[in-house]
Amino acid sequence: MENYNYLDVPGRIFDIQRYSIHDGPGIRTIVFLKGCVLRCKWCCNPESQEYAIQKMVVAGEEKIIGEDTTAGKVLETVERDRTYYRRSGGGMTLSGGESLCQPEFAKALLYGAKQLGITTAMESMGCAKYEVIESILPYLDDYLLDIKHMNPEKHKAFTGRANDLMLENAKKIADSGMTRLSIRVPVVPTFNDSPDEIKAIAEFAAKLKGVYKLHLLPYHRLGQDKYEGLGREYQMKHIVPPTNETMQELLAIAKRASGLDCQIGG
Amino acid sequence: MKRYTIFDMPKPERIGRLVDHLYAKMPEIESARAILLTESYRQTEGEPMILRRAKAFEHILKNIPIIIREDELIVGSSTIAPRGCQTYPEFSYEWLEAEFDTVAKRTADPFFIADKTKEELREVHTYWKGRTTSELATSYMTPQTLLSIEHNIFTPGNYFYNGVEHVTVQYDKVLKIGFEGIRDEAKERLAALNVADGDYQKRSAFLKAVVISCEAAILYARRYMVLAKQMADQCSDETRKKELLAIAMNCGRVPAKGAQSFYEACQSFWFVQQLLQLESSGHSISPGRFDQYMYPYYKKDLDEGKLTREFAQELMDCIWVKLNDLNKCRDAVSAEGFAGYSLFQNLIAGGQDAEGRDVTNDLSFMCIQASKHVMLPQPSFSVRVWNGTPHEFLIKAAELTRTGIGLPAYYNDEVIIPALVNRGLSLADAREYNIIGCVEPQKAGKTEGWHDAAFFNMCRPLELVFSNGVDKGVQIGPRTGEVEEFTTFDEFYDAYKKQMKYQIELLVNADNSIDVAHAERCPLPFLSCMVDDCMKRGKTVQEGGAVYNFTGPQGFGIANMADSLYAIKKLVYEEKAFSITELKKALAANYGKGIDADTAASVTAQIVDELKKSGKKVGEEDVVQILKTVLSEGVSSGEKARYEEIRKLILAVPKFGNDIDEVDEFARDVAYTYTKPLETYHNPRGGMYQAGLYPVSANVPLGAQTGATPDGRYAKTPVADGVSPSAGKDVNGPTAAANSVSRLDHFIASNGTLFNQKFHPSALSGREGLEKFVALIRSYFDQKGSHMQFNVVSRETLLDAQKNPEKYKHLVVRVAGYSALFTTLSRSLQDDIINRTEQGF
Repeated sequence: MENYNYLDVPGRIFDIQRYSIHDGPGIRTIVFLKGCVLRCKWCCNPESQEYAIQKMVVAGEEKIIGEDTTAGKVLETVERDRTYYRRSGGGMTLSGGESLCQPEFAKALLYGAKQLGITTAMESMGCAKYEVIESILPYLDDYLLDIKHMNPEKHKAFTGRANDLMLENAKKIADSGMTRLSIRVPVVPTFNDSPDEIKAIAEFAAKLKGVYKLHLLPYHRLGQDKYEGLGREYQMKHIVPPTNETMQELLAIAKRASGLDCQIGG
Repeated sequence: MKRYTIFDMPKPERIGRLVDHLYAKMPEIESARAILLTESYRQTEGEPMILRRAKAFEHILKNIPIIIREDELIVGSSTIAPRGCQTYPEFSYEWLEAEFDTVAKRTADPFFIADKTKEELREVHTYWKGRTTSELATSYMTPQTLLSIEHNIFTPGNYFYNGVEHVTVQYDKVLKIGFEGIRDEAKERLAALNVADGDYQKRSAFLKAVVISCEAAILYARRYMVLAKQMADQCSDETRKKELLAIAMNCGRVPAKGAQSFYEACQSFWFVQQLLQLESSGHSISPGRFDQYMYPYYKKDLDEGKLTREFAQELMDCIWVKLNDLNKCRDAVSAEGFAGYSLFQNLIAGGQDAEGRDVTNDLSFMCIQASKHVMLPQPSFSVRVWNGTPHEFLIKAAELTRTGIGLPAYYNDEVIIPALVNRGLSLADAREYNIIGCVEPQKAGKTEGWHDAAFFNMCRPLELVFSNGVDKGVQIGPRTGEVEEFTTFDEFYDAYKKQMKYQIELLVNADNSIDVAHAERCPLPFLSCMVDDCMKRGKTVQEGGAVYNFTGPQGFGIANMADSLYAIKKLVYEEKAFSITELKKALAANYGKGIDADTAASVTAQIVDELKKSGKKVGEEDVVQILKTVLSEGVSSGEKARYEEIRKLILAVPKFGNDIDEVDEFARDVAYTYTKPLETYHNPRGGMYQAGLYPVSANVPLGAQTGATPDGRYAKTPVADGVSPSAGKDVNGPTAAANSVSRLDHFIASNGTLFNQKFHPSALSGREGLEKFVALIRSYFDQKGSHMQFNVVSRETLLDAQKNPEKYKHLVVRVAGYSALFTTLSRSLQDDIINRTEQGF
């Protein structure tokens, strides 16, 4: 790796969000990579899906979404909150989109953060060839892996792809022992909010080796305006976010079925 | 060994009742003090002023009506009406008389005043014409100084119209030896004087005044003893009867003698706190390190089994309620600047002792608990934070923050202690600092800090650069040259520095004039007997009796000036996106948004003045014509579009508060244009000037007096608050804003800096949320920020409170250096609080 010129690796992001406190341990800086393999109907960051740079209307004004940058430039921003990471046990989190769509860039960012002594996390569906995932695991402290549904057909209907690759990767990631694995489940009414569906995911998580935590993330509608801003139709208009009671029930089910440390929210 | 337990205690039922009683009615102005004061003054004409003050204090304490309110355990009220206020005509009275008929209806801090009270005060005021501190101060000021005040460059209103008392006294001394002890000390010193000493007259008069004042305080407490006994005799409820008898016992012993129990110490503390206010209309009489000087009494009682933690907590809660019973009526303009009926009684917990050891104790935690139980704006509760602060203490403090009450404020020992040492305090004294008022650090019982001495609007001198020193047609600043002729940014910046320096000199002239007026007309013997070295030197704090003397006027608008000057540097002189002439026009036209009548009048005056200077005669008709032109024609639509475009270009330039080194370094330098010249001046008490960078809530009313600024800010809108970035301009979140602010030099602004952040409650949810919140504070402090405070309340809650104020009578928000009841704030200040960037989603 001596000649690894990671600082110059190019990539495309659509946001860097500092002082994130719900995405991994401590105070974190989230780097949002542009481009995704799935098209989840409830996605709260629809501007993340296309790799192409887009225009979106935000608060009445047109904004360019997407910026071509380099790992070095991103890390300059990430490093500015080093004091906060140190005091809180935080660090850098990659999110998206699906970071694995830009594997070289993701790897450069993670590698670079470790070089700076900053801890790393990644929110991802694990939807890539395992070799790609394997290449970044040495630099990833926390893998926040999305598992949305156990049924391949339903998964496909709501996200555009079946889940077999992701589930297989989940096992491999867990078996590798190279990262601390947490499972994240977006709880979306009409998609996966029944006790059986949550139970199935929890049971799967229980079988994975050494899962650290299981998070149930209640669906929210904060992304709705963005669809309008992109000139797209929001297909989930009629969906009401799960109530607190539903979430508590599902949490109890997840706990029972998995025996894991479960929580609502990130 | 740990000196504390962290567990919560239940709220005593009594506290809810005390609070409800206190807030049942609008506070009321009473006349008793003013009448008694004037009676005494009329009898002591011709005597030394210090003795007249002491005798007036004695006359007031002998005769002012007293009351023990329902359910009280700690007694002593300056007014019969809950939260009422007395008046202090010896400082100023004209404003009150002028506002007699509006004071109950104004939006900020209304007070009821009865017709009879108005009559009585009118009579009293006839005596005071020509005798007030404000009149004397005015006579000492230079014409240029008065002009700058009139033109709102700075406002020394606080002490110009009111008492200074911005101080923490030696509560510990009173707790230990009582006023009998202090009186005896004065008598001994008096006996030791030689009548032939050169300063015998001054010293002896001062010491006699101390004796009279101490006796007066003792007598006042005895009146409560008698009243409590009477009430106990008539009381049929056995529980209350016992309480009243205990009160009578306490008031019979303290503050005359040293306290023998925690309960006595609490009562003794309270009389000191209340009577200081009654002596002189204090502005921020701050209890300071309550957890430290009360601890020995608490510990002893607890160890001897005479006290339960629960009862100690209840007594502290009672004191917390009482601190809201004291009140003060300010003039309408000041009421906006200090909105929220605030007395800024800053009480601080935690921190180090003189030898640098952490001294957080049980009472420190119980202070947090008391604020949680009482949930009222007073005391202005603060905590000291240093590397050795127990983590759980901060977690508990964060829990209080999470309630949304805007308390506590967090202070960084690691900055404040060296900053005070740099100002000449001994290391031991600096380690024992506490905070006065909003954010002003000092050593208790040794300092006359004159903090909060004025508001200096840093935006106004910039306006003077554009007008070559002219404001509303009057030359109020130096002629620094026509702005159109500056060819480099350095020339422009130099002109700003010159305007600043000139106005700072006038500010010093104003403050020193007021300082001298207080020394001559309102020396305060009661206060001075509790501040070293007054007794030894035989003079009051007003005359330089304190060990440490400062004057601390605060500048504000740092963020606006940093952003403005940076935009000018970039756009005018580097990129040449527009000329300085164009910018000048854009500012005059308020970026095309148009100008109101006031501005039009001032522009007209300027044109008339220029015409006259060029030798033309200008008649009244001409003036009317010019005004019409200014108002109706104003700007063409083409010009308007251009001005809007200029504003857009300005808004696109990076702003302070976003963690951009170049801009932040620039802001640091801009802050120096205020802080560095100021520290070269001295006050009449022999102390130096030191700058503060905090606005209280004056950024709103004083912003209303400020034209459009080159940072894109429209005329008359609020300027930035404290050292915080301009509202809504910090778009990279709280860590970036904190990084920027920490890049200012907080050590040199040793009169205090103020950094506000607003959070949504979700940012502090759960233990994890608290941990991350504490980490944020720790990190800002690692980077040498000095102070941090938080509003945790949702936007929806605030909007709803605006609509339904009756539902939110107790809703407390952090305004600037203190907390206030949201519904009592003016609409514009409410809007400002709502619009501050909400961090941490």
